Amino acid sequence: MAETDKDSTKSEELDEGIEVGVRRLTPERIQTVINSVLGAETGARFKAYIQTCIHCGLCSDACHFYLSNDKDPRFSPVGKVKQTIWPMIQAKGRVDAAFIRRAAQIAHTECNLCKRCVQYCPFGIDIAYMMSMVRRIIHKLGVTPLYLQDTAHSHAATMNQMWVKGDEWIDTLQWQEDEAREEIPELRIPLEKEGADIMYSVIAPEPKFQAQLIYQAAVIMHTAGVNWTMPASMGWDNSDMAMFSGDNEIMGRVKRAHFETAARLKVKKIVMGECGHAFRSVYDMGNRWLGWAMPPIPIVHAIEFYHDLLKSGRIRIARKYDKPVTLHDPCNVVRGGGLHEMARYVVSQICEQLVEMHPNREHNYCCAAGGGVINCGPPYKNKRMAGNRVKAEQLFDAKSRGAETLIAPCHNCHSGLHDIVHHYEIGLDIKFFGDIIYECMEKPENP
Amino acid sequence: MVSNQSWDWDIGHKEIDISDWSQRFEWVEELYASPDGESVAAIVHVDEAFNVCINGTLWSEAPADKIWHLRFTPDNRPYALISDGGQWTVAISGETWSEGYDYAWNPMASADGTHLAVAVQQAGRYAMAVDGKAWESDFSDIGYFALSPSGRSTAAAVQVRSVDSGQVHAFQEGTFSVAVDGKSWDPMFVNVWHVAFSPDERHVAAEVRLNLYDYTIAVDGQLWPQVYSTVWAPCFHPTSGAVVAPVRNKGEWVMAQDGRTIWPQPFVQLWRQQFNADGSRLAAIVAPKYGRWTVAVDGAPWPLTFGTMVTDLTFSPDGQRVAALAKEGAKWHVVVDGRAWQHAFEMAWRPVFSPDGNAVAAKVEIDGRYTVAVNDRLWSTACDMVWEPCFSSDDTRLLIRSLDKGIYRRSVISVNKIAE
Ligand code: SF4
Ligand code: SF4
Repeated sequence: MAETDKDSTKSEELDEGIEVGVRRLTPERIQTVINSVLGAETGARFKAYIQTCIHCGLCSDACHFYLSNDKDPRFSPVGKVKQTIWPMIQAKGRVDAAFIRRAAQIAHTECNLCKRCVQYCPFGIDIAYMMSMVRRIIHKLGVTPLYLQDTAHSHAATMNQMWVKGDEWIDTLQWQEDEAREEIPELRIPLEKEGADIMYSVIAPEPKFQAQLIYQAAVIMHTAGVNWTMPASMGWDNSDMAMFSGDNEIMGRVKRAHFETAARLKVKKIVMGECGHAFRSVYDMGNRWLGWAMPPIPIVHAIEFYHDLLKSGRIRIARKYDKPVTLHDPCNVVRGGGLHEMARYVVSQICEQLVEMHPNREHNYCCAAGGGVINCGPPYKNKRMAGNRVKAEQLFDAKSRGAETLIAPCHNCHSGLHDIVHHYEIGLDIKFFGDIIYECMEKPENP
Repeated sequence: MVSNQSWDWDIGHKEIDISDWSQRFEWVEELYASPDGESVAAIVHVDEAFNVCINGTLWSEAPADKIWHLRFTPDNRPYALISDGGQWTVAISGETWSEGYDYAWNPMASADGTHLAVAVQQAGRYAMAVDGKAWESDFSDIGYFALSPSGRSTAAAVQVRSVDSGQVHAFQEGTFSVAVDGKSWDPMFVNVWHVAFSPDERHVAAEVRLNLYDYTIAVDGQLWPQVYSTVWAPCFHPTSGAVVAPVRNKGEWVMAQDGRTIWPQPFVQLWRQQFNADGSRLAAIVAPKYGRWTVAVDGAPWPLTFGTMVTDLTFSPDGQRVAALAKEGAKWHVVVDGRAWQHAFEMAWRPVFSPDGNAVAAKVEIDGRYTVAVNDRLWSTACDMVWEPCFSSDDTRLLIRSLDKGIYRRSVISVNKIAE
């Protein structure tokens, strides 16, 4: 396994989003924004966290950044609060621009909002929520990292994450449908089919870079005989980086478009592809900001969908995947959604052998990509690699016990683990569940 | 609006046997019925090409590489998006526009069905086209399309100045505006959403974002005097020219008109406001408290609330009654003037009022089958499919379009047959 830089806070390049924002700050603006966010946008929960924390540090060993950076206390969960929120409160918002720069780096690039630490705190203090409040302040101050801000702009302008234009979206679906018909001549990707049972939604990297995932999903839907549709309007993207940039107004707008599209199509459920943060945005954050206590149209993550298709026999496996696999439990659908046993059922049905990584299930280490961190872009890649040495060790251990393939049923995890596997030269092949199901399932005969 | 008086309102059935379509064609896509019920059509695949079958007859001898988005205009003409040789256009009743585009999508028919508009992309630039005629100017991106009531004018949110992705600060200076018939407003905004025409078609309003934090409503490029932490889609009063929109400040939503609050009671959520025909009443979908949804009329919420969602708000033609769909758990309810029907459904479609407002009908799904309900009573027949019902202009009859066991059926029945 390859080594990496020691002090990962020093390895980053200048971020124009942060630097231009910092130059425009004034002491008055900093103070007004901090006091208005902490005063008007936090409640009893925030106050309880501030008053309850006894600085015991029990949360430290939960955090992959802390463990990977040789237990540097700056990276401990409570250390991140100590460097951001506490001084803001103590100084009543009178902190300087350099402080804000560092707060932006901490909240956006040294915390994945993965919520592993909440399980270690004797009081259940949710540091991820605290870091989200810092991000809200950073957004209001206009100091969000450039790549993440650009993604939030894309959401605002196009209702998708990657500036995919209206025609490009439909054209891509039609192109994938054409491709898939080479394999299954009567296959359809039904667009705008009102009254279908299911609306299938994806994140924008799929039409932009990974259109084969839409192809595979279409083959699975077709083979299972699912009555499904995809929208030809905005609202098809279930992802939400505005949630991670602290731009709650855009988060709500994007989620409204998603749910109202499903309501317009009169579907009973939304099935979403293998994405974790999008699940958090539709199942927890975005819906609640809009006033929906639960998603108004049930959301089914791909793990649960595949689980149900396999369990009911609607898809059958012709030949199990024969390379030993290990399974990464994505934070947002496992700690956030409890889908870990369903994921194991899917593995048991489609693969010959599972080599568990340790820790696993709700105790799994984060990929260090989620929470918008990978979306802060190349300036922070080295920090992300150094900040997840424990993940590399965990993967290497699974590999040394025989694993050859790593299943990562989340887009962010998939990309983040891809970086880790290459950086540390671990040598695991990374796949989505959909890749393996598509490869191993019984498909209709091509006449 | 299309008058339905000339349609056949004699009590009785007409049937079209479509059971052989699946043998005639390699596949048959979703069926669509014309508003008058006289035609049923589907996109079909035959000899490795696409065509449209209407009442058993193919609409063109020359099939196309691709056809999708088949629908009927309000005046009963079938239309679809069609591609041949890599160019996209619109076909109406089998006749294609002479103009073609690199891409065409999002077709919209005018209320009387005489005009059709689409969004078009040509060489990576974007515009709208009405009846084949594209705007004279084009833009880097386009969205939030609007067609004026008569169908003569179109408008959309357009990106006037293109910026590369990653130029966040240039983007924040404003690149979006509103284009009406291809001519864009002078001011540019960070974002523009939900463009709306006034009923007289002389004015256009939209949601605009002035910087990352300040939102307001713009009418013909002029901003309301107030800014808000966010806003939702505006709509025009039917006669006065006033514009109303939900606006949010300090975490609460209120209704504003021309920048002044008109519903002082704040809501957790407030959207999809709608005037009745004469503009004397304004209704909207609201959440009076977190996780509870209902309808508010003139600012007063119905006491009956629902936990899951409320959609499809509808005024009666005389403007006196209001209906909506409400979801509690997995079940949908039809709610009229604050009272829910006894029946609950797996799915329900937008309620339809009779012209006098006395009856409310809806397409509904029960046990995986479809039927029609009127005033909380179910039609005796459940079918593989029904389309949304329509009342005769004298309120006495109901047109039901249905499909069962391969037979498409146009039925005219007496409203009393279900409602009493
Ligand atoms: S990265 Fe995860 S474990 Fe570390 S502080 Fe953030 S939420 Fe806690
Ligand atoms: S957050 Fe919890 S575990 Fe961490 S220092 Fe505070 S009290 Fe201790």
